[in-house]
Amino acid sequence: MVKVVKAPEGIEGQGFFATSFDKVIGLARANSLWPLPFATSCCGIEFMATMGPNYDLARFGSERMSFSPRQADLLIVAGTISKKLGPVLKKVYDQMAEPKWVLSVGACASSGGIFDTYSVLQGIDHVIPVDVYVPGCPPRPEQIIEGVLKIQELAKNESLRRRDSVEYKKMLESYNIEQQ
Amino acid sequence: MENFFIKVKGIIEAADDSANYFLDNWNEHNFTVSKSSIFDIIKALKENGFQYLVDITGAHYPDTENEYQIVYHIHNLTENLRIRLKVNLDSKKLEVPSMVSLYDGANWMERETFDFYGISFTNHPNLTRILNVDDMDYHPMRKEYKLEDETRTDKSDKYFGR
Repeated sequence: MVKVVKAPEGIEGQGFFATSFDKVIGLARANSLWPLPFATSCCGIEFMATMGPNYDLARFGSERMSFSPRQADLLIVAGTISKKLGPVLKKVYDQMAEPKWVLSVGACASSGGIFDTYSVLQGIDHVIPVDVYVPGCPPRPEQIIEGVLKIQELAKNESLRRRDSVEYKKMLESYNIEQQ
Repeated sequence: MENFFIKVKGIIEAADDSANYFLDNWNEHNFTVSKSSIFDIIKALKENGFQYLVDITGAHYPDTENEYQIVYHIHNLTENLRIRLKVNLDSKKLEVPSMVSLYDGANWMERETFDFYGISFTNHPNLTRILNVDDMDYHPMRKEYKLEDETRTDKSDKYFGR
């Protein structure tokens, strides 16, 4: 059965439908997010379950996992990121094209989790900006799907000019990331 | 095996007359030997069939006379005999000879020990950090740090109800 998303708000009449670009593009982006899974540990296993047929992330338009950052919209960081891996993660984020979103899955990616130690990055938001945090150690697949749905909400409602705004550039600057 | 062990004990004691032998609680053979003789001892043992260097590691016993220790585990596969050799180090001169010329496998183990304890190995071909980030300026397995780093800003007390 094919499911079609609801059309955005607009003015409808016989033979025409008028709405704003923001809404149409947002709708298209939100329902065809290409995730890049950056899975390092047990959260990665839960993420595999999320992708698999039981939970099936593909139902939400994220059918295609992109294993190249250049063709990805959504970076899903699932698992412990050590300090040595931090620059690698940043490079992956750098290579993604705008617009891009980041989903931090699990306690370790979000805050370092139980690894309160010299070798582990205490949350990926020290290296890259994060849009949605999913709590849990590890979170269940339903929670990860909830996180992806939250990202979809962000994508749907984002202004087309947000990525050009001064605030956004300042935010990237605070992470020492150069906008491409 | 008993006869072979007596031979091995003889080799170690001939190379270092201050060598101290003890059996630990698990009936494993331990020798405490001096720094100056460790290379010759391991070389002689390798010539006697100890072809497998299982592990090199460090240990830190703070507030003792010889704070640092290097521990070698070697294994004779044909006789199935394992020996542990311990070398106490003067904390002012943290240096031991490298075993890379005898066992290639010692390379990364010595780098790891250097990384975590700051003990340097003379004649090592590439003594740099192996596991930790390159710009780390301390040796994290030394028992000289507080359990929680007081300088860190990323974990605020308010999240832990303190």
